[in-house]
Amino acid sequence: MSGHSTYNPTSGFGKWMDARLPLARLMHDSFVSYPVPRNLNAFYTFGGILMIMLVSQIITGIVIAMHYVPDANVAFESVHLLRRDVSYGGTLQSWHAVGASLFFFAVYIHIFRGLYYGSYKAPREILWILGVVIFLLMMATAFMGYVLPWGQMSFWGAQVITGFFSAIPLVGETVREYLLGGYSVGNATLNRFFSLHYLLPFMIAGIVILHVWALHVTGQTNPTGVEVKSKQDVIPFTPYATVKDALALVVFMIIMAYFVFYMPDYLGHADNYIPANSNVTPAHIVPEWYFLPFYAILRAVDFNIGIPFTEIVLIDSKLGGVLAMFGSIAILFLVPWLDTSSVRSSNYRPTYKVFFWLFVVNSIFLGYLGSRPAAGIWIPLMKGSTFLYFAHFLLVMPLLGFFEKPLPRPASITDAVLGKDGKETAAAPVAAE
Amino acid sequence: MKSTFIKIAAVATLACTFAVGSVSAADYPKKKPREQSWSFSGPLGKFDKGQLQRGLQVYTEVCSACHSLNLLSYRNLADLGYSDDQIKNYAAEYEVQDGPNDDGEMFERPARPADRFKGPYANDKEAAAANNGALPPDFSLLAKARAPERGFPTFIFDIFTMYAENGPDYIHSLLTGYQDPPEGTEVGDGLHYNPYFAAGEALAMGPPLSDELVDYTDGSPMTVEQYSKDVTAFMAWAADPQLEERKQRGFIVILFLLVFAGLLYFTKKKVWSDLSH
Amino acid sequence: MSDHNSGDATRRDFLYIATGAAGVAAVGGIVWPLVSQMGPNEREKAAGAPIEVNIGDIEEGRVITVTWRGNKYFIRHLTADEVEAAGAKEQSDFRDFVAAADRITGPEGGDAVWSVYGANCTHLGCIPTEVKENGDTWNCPCHGSRFDVTGRVTKGPAPVNLPQPPMVFASEETLIIGTDKAGA
Repeated sequence: MSGHSTYNPTSGFGKWMDARLPLARLMHDSFVSYPVPRNLNAFYTFGGILMIMLVSQIITGIVIAMHYVPDANVAFESVHLLRRDVSYGGTLQSWHAVGASLFFFAVYIHIFRGLYYGSYKAPREILWILGVVIFLLMMATAFMGYVLPWGQMSFWGAQVITGFFSAIPLVGETVREYLLGGYSVGNATLNRFFSLHYLLPFMIAGIVILHVWALHVTGQTNPTGVEVKSKQDVIPFTPYATVKDALALVVFMIIMAYFVFYMPDYLGHADNYIPANSNVTPAHIVPEWYFLPFYAILRAVDFNIGIPFTEIVLIDSKLGGVLAMFGSIAILFLVPWLDTSSVRSSNYRPTYKVFFWLFVVNSIFLGYLGSRPAAGIWIPLMKGSTFLYFAHFLLVMPLLGFFEKPLPRPASITDAVLGKDGKETAAAPVAAE
Repeated sequence: MKSTFIKIAAVATLACTFAVGSVSAADYPKKKPREQSWSFSGPLGKFDKGQLQRGLQVYTEVCSACHSLNLLSYRNLADLGYSDDQIKNYAAEYEVQDGPNDDGEMFERPARPADRFKGPYANDKEAAAANNGALPPDFSLLAKARAPERGFPTFIFDIFTMYAENGPDYIHSLLTGYQDPPEGTEVGDGLHYNPYFAAGEALAMGPPLSDELVDYTDGSPMTVEQYSKDVTAFMAWAADPQLEERKQRGFIVILFLLVFAGLLYFTKKKVWSDLSH
Repeated sequence: MSDHNSGDATRRDFLYIATGAAGVAAVGGIVWPLVSQMGPNEREKAAGAPIEVNIGDIEEGRVITVTWRGNKYFIRHLTADEVEAAGAKEQSDFRDFVAAADRITGPEGGDAVWSVYGANCTHLGCIPTEVKENGDTWNCPCHGSRFDVTGRVTKGPAPVNLPQPPMVFASEETLIIGTDKAGA
């Protein structure tokens, strides 16, 4: 809600500056007087948490890069000497590595929150699309960061992931060679991944600024899905949202500190404590947990797709898997148009709500399948689960809008909040339209 | 909304835990590692210096014949409670290559505390060649690198029990787990049956420890069980020398954050109390 | 704001101040490790251990350069003439005067004919080259500082003499740089 600016500089310097570069006004309008719906729940704090996580990753990353050496011969050792010999090196390295995991944990909650409350619907399509772009960049950054310690999982992860690109028809092998900077994963690969791993977070930060800008143009959604209608519906960002976000952040930090200090290896993989060895593939290559659902989708396609009753192959199993995997992310771009329902919040969509939770459970199950070997019972399960994943977007979302009978929604946010004795039971709507 | 929140929290926890570190349920190891009680487990875990010193003795007299300890320097032995002079003398037992000198020649000199532990072999190829092609792994990180999958749902409980001694349990189980192959099991030439081994039913290393092998001077029992526990603790230290510091730091940080969160909770309540009327 | 009695207000102020203080402490706790990691790491410190130099082969009038903690140090074996000339100089010749005897040392029971000092100019760190002019021995090529044979600054922008490292003679033949405690 880009209302009228209420910034009012009092000091002489404040006025002088405001006439030249109204940075303070921008900050004031964005983070102080910016109106937020008064009924946001805890899930809406994850945007702020993610912003801090990005900053935290960039700062710890810059710091550990002061000790890291991107050379295939010494990269592994340099990471461990950082952990052993640098003052606070172990803590900083763990904070960066565990931070990556928890960054994804937070972003998944953020995405599912957006899906549940219909945060992608008009007029927030661009906001949503920017979010998906950030998610893609995060995945690329995390993958390249995981390669840098040059352990066994780093090396073989790089081998497998760059293999995706060799699936591209005709030019695939060449594309892969250009990615690797050689004919195999090696020193050149490590060097460029380090360079890009350093670059991408700043691109993410740039898109985050656009994401926040877009958010501040349209304003936040809220659990009722009803747009802000009056001044009573909103409260200023500071102090209300600030203090709430701060509380959520500190709680999040407690979880993070628990892993960093007590279980720093829990979220990683033991094989990455073995230096990269191009002669020996680890018994079971698995990506980090946050990529596992996509890994399951990749491996669900173990068949060629061709013209029936002929032997003509249109898409071989390798390309098919890669397409399915990238498709599972690309489909998120289309969500604003795939969902045909006019109701925003799932609180008022009794049928969709069930499908939403099925989708959540299925996504987690896909993650579990991603950690299983591609053998036996797991293969049909991967196929079924992958089908359900796509069906949610391609069948449930478009069709349900026509069949579902939504519950009555409150007339305004204020009605929803004040009509029920301050208790947050948004599921029980107050007034019909 | 409350119930939804709890539901989502539960699901999210699962989402996180489900997927973590779970490699496939392979056929090996045949037996799960035996869980031991270690002095360094738990939120305030500490290494037992006497145990580490005995572990160093076992490593020096037995393991170091084949296994290197590349990431550690002699100076790190200060963590075990040794004095500077003791470390100097320990290091001086080893000759390391230095140079080139002014004549352009490499020369041997006694190791200094700042030098890395000298390994038994010049390089991996020599190490493999001397051991029938099986490379004895470096000890520096082995206690972290050998951590068999815990399996569902154990790995979820591990978060709450703070179980992170998977590697030490595995190593101790392996060292004490050699036995005759069950009937009908043929093990290959030069291999030794061990149901705790993670990558097959038998491994190239024979049982390295036997009773009375190393002379302890502090009265600890000179048994395989004790040797194994001591050297495993030593390896756990080698893989994570910062463990004590890390856990103490964590205790303070989490305590502080809990207080901070409490303060913020009441501040938030206070700030928001303006709104409810 | 609704009506608060003063007790409420005090409690509220205390709460806000305590929370703010905790926030400041948190920021401090975050910044400290980030700064602390910048210092020399344990490996650097260990590698900076004292070095032993065999000085038995250095002839009179010769100088050698050794490295301790990555910095260069000159070890100069003075001739009798040089010792005498250095001692004969006047306070007014120097910017940062110390007696020559304080800059010349020797093993216990041996001749005091050794002068040991840092090889980086105290102006901005360049390494001086040898000259023989006006009683000066060292000329810094960067900005023209001059030093005498014992490393005392005579002119130019350098404010103080070339620093002497901690050192001790272990024997007549062996000089230890990096500590002043014998036997360490």
